[in-house]
Amino acid sequence: MKYVAQRIALGLVSLLLLSMMVYAAAQVLPGDPGRIVLGREAPPSAVKEFNHKLGFDQPLPERYAKWLEHAVQGDFGANYTDGRPVTDDLVPALKRSLFLAIYAFILCIPVSILAGVIAALRRGKPTDRVITISGLSLAVIPEFVLGALLVTLLGPAGLDWFPGIAGALVGASFWTKLDSLFLPALALALVLFGYIARMARAGTMEALDADFTRTAVLKGMRRRQVLSRHVLRNGLLPTIAVISTQVGYLFGGIVAIEKLFGYPGIGFLTLTSAQIKNFPMLLACVLVLGIVYFVATLSGDLLIAALNPRIRLQGRE
Amino acid sequence: MTALAAEPATAALSLRDVEIAYRVRGRDREVVRGVSLEIGRQESYGLVGESGCGKSTVALAIVNYLPRNGRVTAGGIEVAGRDVLKLKGDALRRYRRDDVSMVYQNPGTAMNPSLRVGRQLAEVFRLRGADRTEAHTRSVAALREVHIADPESVLRRYPHQLSGGMQQRVVIAMALATNPSLLILDEPTTGLDATVEAEVLELIRELQARHSTAVLFISHNLGVIRRMCRRVGVLYAGELVEEGPTAEILANPRHPYTVGLLRCIPRGGLRKDRGKLDTIPGFLPPIGAPLPGCVYVHRCGLAQEVCHAEKPTDHQVGADHQSRCHFHDKAQSLPRATSNTPVQIPIDKGGVPLLELDHLAKTFRQEGHEIKALGGVSAILWPGETLGLVGESGSGKTTLARTLLGIVESTEGSVQVDGRTLPPKLGDRSRQDIASLQIVFQNPDSALNRRHTVRRMLKRTLAKLAKVTGNAADDRAQGLVDDVRLPERALSARPMSLSGGQKQRVAIARAFAGEPRLVVCDEPTSALDVSVQAAILNLLVDLQGSKRTSYVFISHDLGVVRYLSDRIAVLYLGRLMELGPAETVFDAPHHPYTEALLSAVPTVDGEERARIVLGGEIPSAANPPTGCVFHTRCPRFLGDICVNEEPPLVEVEHEHAMRCHIPIDELRHLQATPPPPRSRDAV
Amino acid sequence: MTRPTAIGGPGLPQLPVVVEGTPPLAPALDHPSRIRRETIKQIVRSPTFIVGAVVTLFWVVCAIGGAHITPYDPINDSFTPSYSPPTWAHPFGMDRVGRDVFSRVLAGARSVLEVAPAATLLGVVMGSALGLVMGFFRGWVDNVFGRLVDAVLAVPFIVLAILVLTALSAGSEGINVTSWQLIIVIGIAFTPIVARTVRSAVLAERDLDYVAAARLRDERAPYIMFVEILPNVMGPIIVETTVRLGYAVFAVATLAFVGYGPQPPSPDWGSQIADQYADVTLAWWAVVFPALAIASLVVAINLIADTVQQVLDT
Repeated sequence: MKYVAQRIALGLVSLLLLSMMVYAAAQVLPGDPGRIVLGREAPPSAVKEFNHKLGFDQPLPERYAKWLEHAVQGDFGANYTDGRPVTDDLVPALKRSLFLAIYAFILCIPVSILAGVIAALRRGKPTDRVITISGLSLAVIPEFVLGALLVTLLGPAGLDWFPGIAGALVGASFWTKLDSLFLPALALALVLFGYIARMARAGTMEALDADFTRTAVLKGMRRRQVLSRHVLRNGLLPTIAVISTQVGYLFGGIVAIEKLFGYPGIGFLTLTSAQIKNFPMLLACVLVLGIVYFVATLSGDLLIAALNPRIRLQGRE
Repeated sequence: MTALAAEPATAALSLRDVEIAYRVRGRDREVVRGVSLEIGRQESYGLVGESGCGKSTVALAIVNYLPRNGRVTAGGIEVAGRDVLKLKGDALRRYRRDDVSMVYQNPGTAMNPSLRVGRQLAEVFRLRGADRTEAHTRSVAALREVHIADPESVLRRYPHQLSGGMQQRVVIAMALATNPSLLILDEPTTGLDATVEAEVLELIRELQARHSTAVLFISHNLGVIRRMCRRVGVLYAGELVEEGPTAEILANPRHPYTVGLLRCIPRGGLRKDRGKLDTIPGFLPPIGAPLPGCVYVHRCGLAQEVCHAEKPTDHQVGADHQSRCHFHDKAQSLPRATSNTPVQIPIDKGGVPLLELDHLAKTFRQEGHEIKALGGVSAILWPGETLGLVGESGSGKTTLARTLLGIVESTEGSVQVDGRTLPPKLGDRSRQDIASLQIVFQNPDSALNRRHTVRRMLKRTLAKLAKVTGNAADDRAQGLVDDVRLPERALSARPMSLSGGQKQRVAIARAFAGEPRLVVCDEPTSALDVSVQAAILNLLVDLQGSKRTSYVFISHDLGVVRYLSDRIAVLYLGRLMELGPAETVFDAPHHPYTEALLSAVPTVDGEERARIVLGGEIPSAANPPTGCVFHTRCPRFLGDICVNEEPPLVEVEHEHAMRCHIPIDELRHLQATPPPPRSRDAV
Repeated sequence: MTRPTAIGGPGLPQLPVVVEGTPPLAPALDHPSRIRRETIKQIVRSPTFIVGAVVTLFWVVCAIGGAHITPYDPINDSFTPSYSPPTWAHPFGMDRVGRDVFSRVLAGARSVLEVAPAATLLGVVMGSALGLVMGFFRGWVDNVFGRLVDAVLAVPFIVLAILVLTALSAGSEGINVTSWQLIIVIGIAFTPIVARTVRSAVLAERDLDYVAAARLRDERAPYIMFVEILPNVMGPIIVETTVRLGYAVFAVATLAFVGYGPQPPSPDWGSQIADQYADVTLAWWAVVFPALAIASLVVAINLIADTVQQVLDT
């Protein structure tokens, strides 16, 4: 319990620091927001009024405090451009991205872990080399490159099995969503495969070489039992840690993928708000991504603590 | 060794000309070069040798679990009549389950950290068809058999929650649960404390008798082998060079290697002022090196032409005693490699003591707990004197060394050198102070920077501590290297190119670079083979003789401590239990803990005293017992006074201090006879 | 080792000529410099390394040569036919405004390779320094920087880069990103990642006895960090550098794709894809070949990195 509380506290501190850094970057660097939004031609009085209305003539720490006060209540302010609340666009975009992310994970995780374990069991043999090299290669190829290649192969430019543009998919049925999002999810999944398969392989190899595996084999246990009860139980723990940190990479890839496939998720929103210099939205997007990462890593850590008795029960009783 | 006629066909283990090789970087390299031996049913056989001789490889081959790149290239292995090398699949599994069991070093990693102990123990029974309840009942019984007092609670725990001794007991229980024909033990007690080791060894003997199992006991420690095994085989460079009854071999060795090994060990209470340890020159041949003649020829003082050319056969030198040597009859007249002139080191007791510790204490704060690692230790050391520190884990000897040096900051008390009080923090001490107290660490691999050459290390030390640079430093570095008997080439070498013994010599050279007054030796030879250890100990004594340095010598090897030390301090749970001249401490009357410790440690000479086995575990420093911290295990426990009142450290004789409620005269009387046994069950 | 000569007649035992300490410093078969030579040979012969090195070298040559070595002008759009598929004259076809894709692909290597190595170097140097400090001092230094590192790492790198680059070009219309800005932003974004790796390597070293021995020589902290510990963590640092280089290419390409790089008509690969993607159904070649170029460079660098890692880890 103490461990959980500690982790949450640490995470919140990190988030707070993050919000400060991002707020400073977003507010200090640009200089004059009114000028930026209204453009060069606008008269100085209009710019001054704009700045005053949005409170930009107040000192930075006060602005931050005010923003923070609203933010924790869920109010991230309003768009510079059209004045609508940020959350209006943010929430549906987040939901769409989460759908895509979960889809990608489901496509990726079972296959990756299986591939990693098989590679470890057949260490040094051709199967292992193939899995390792392909994992290695896929992990570094930018997602949008994979996406573009997939579209030319399987999409309208090639076999045309799946659509090349996803669109907003408002009101679409579940199956239509799965169909339209298959290519983007696959692109993301292939990149994740690289990391997860490698971690699974490394963890399984370490467990195979461990003393306790030797003990189990020398007891006369069947290979399958040794694998399931001893090797995998210990070998896959580090993989879980990796999976939860991959959420960060996943959402990074989502930016480019959503642009490629025209899917208005949070990545796309981040990009567009950056391009039109809509800082409240940009700030909110960055923070939400941070929160998603924090939740994912916390869950991962808790899962590991639950599975690893050495963390759960510290020291001798 | 040609196999002797054992009982027909049912010898527990039979190795016939076994050869094993490892494939390293594309080449097959021989590790085991033709070993033959037989172990009869219910017999205990010890396989002894230094690192790299191939003993663990033999063990792994017997259970058919060599590493990926190892294979048996020739010979046959039979256990209880079954040809092990031909077994595959189900037959192999059944063999491992029923006929053979193995216990190896480091019990903590031998168990799955994610499963409860109970499940892992029950696995053994369930593999033979027991259902869950029966497996549980039998697990409880198995734990009781290894003297675990509360089996139910232990079964519910995870491995990391048990102490080292307890873990090894569980592993032994798992091993013997199936009544195997052969039990292989590969260094099972290396790494355990002396008193815990004594208990585990006793347990193994008891169980072996009860289960009628044959035992193959592998160890580098001749003392342990003497205690546990009726017969012993000496392994060198993958060959069995001598084999026979243990008592006979230790008393009457007939192979130059065995003779050499026995001369490296301080025996019979040998002390530095009475004799020097002999050494074995040269190095172990690397695995895969071609050895057409006798494998020991490059290091043997008796070697002749024929030894290089022809491999010796096994000569019968006694009933059941064989030696693989051309000159076995001359083995005991093997000339000494190191002359036997002892070094006399005068101790200067006039004037100010070199070192004075005044109630030195250190308490660590860890997650809200207070751990009193060192409680108020006071001692005096004179120039030229060696103080031996003896104690098990948790005794505080390492903390004492580090606090004295300033690496760890003391919380109470003071350290005085030449009458001058030193600041507790290393950063506050002057250059001269730092130079005057140096250390030789246990592990030479971690003590030397892998990326620096020896010359660089020495010159830097000379520059920083002795303020010597340039050509003068070059000369001094050369001098240091000569002092530690390393060739000049060593200066340009990096630690990677040096052997363990050579690295430790560099560490010693570095320690002496600043002309220290006191050198702390923290288990300096524990990581080295016996033959190398002797050379290092001789070197330390010689250096003390020529430079009049004092030593604080820490070791768990009581024979070595006795050899080297003028005075001995016995520590238990951070408290000084006894302090006095070496001979006084080693002979009765002494502190009950010292008494138990001395009887626990197995020696090559065998036991002159009755064995005292301490029950229970060493208490945790975070939760020490009340009153006298030793009262929970003390074989001479008096009564309530020991529970309620901590005895003070009192000078009971001239220069002999003890912390015990029992008056010394009564101790003298009591220790003439062994104590009554206390409950041995571990909680 | 020399053989003893018999003096005084046969039968008398002889002392061997050598005493402990004078024999060769290491058994000949496993001399460390020989091991190093053997492993370097192993790296260079390894097929993954060869493939990786050849491809990377090819792109480096392209980057250096630039427009001078392309068959056609990569920026000139004087050809009027558009969207023509690959032919012998134009092996990668022509894009929407009639430029030769092959030339553009070759020329595009420069914008990536201008930025990526410099950014990597910056990130590794700063990250190593930070990691050394965090790992060595621990305590509050480690805690404070650790929180900052965690905070920065919580956000996907691309998003962070977008944020900073937008802020930097906020004074002007649209997005204008210079190479220097990219180098600095990517370098700074890499710093926490490298710092984490270096920190854990340093933590493993600082508990070894040679560090304590250095303290007992009255050495100061900077000496211990840079002269004692740093050489021993160079292995992980080198591995990390090669890995980061691959990610730098990844980052530059992705940022260019989402608009934070050289603008059209630059032949930069990422912006090419962004530019031509809308008509991918009509002219797949204008998208596929730049995409394959990115993939090939990134994979090649990673193959080198993996071989180096295998060698230095063992």
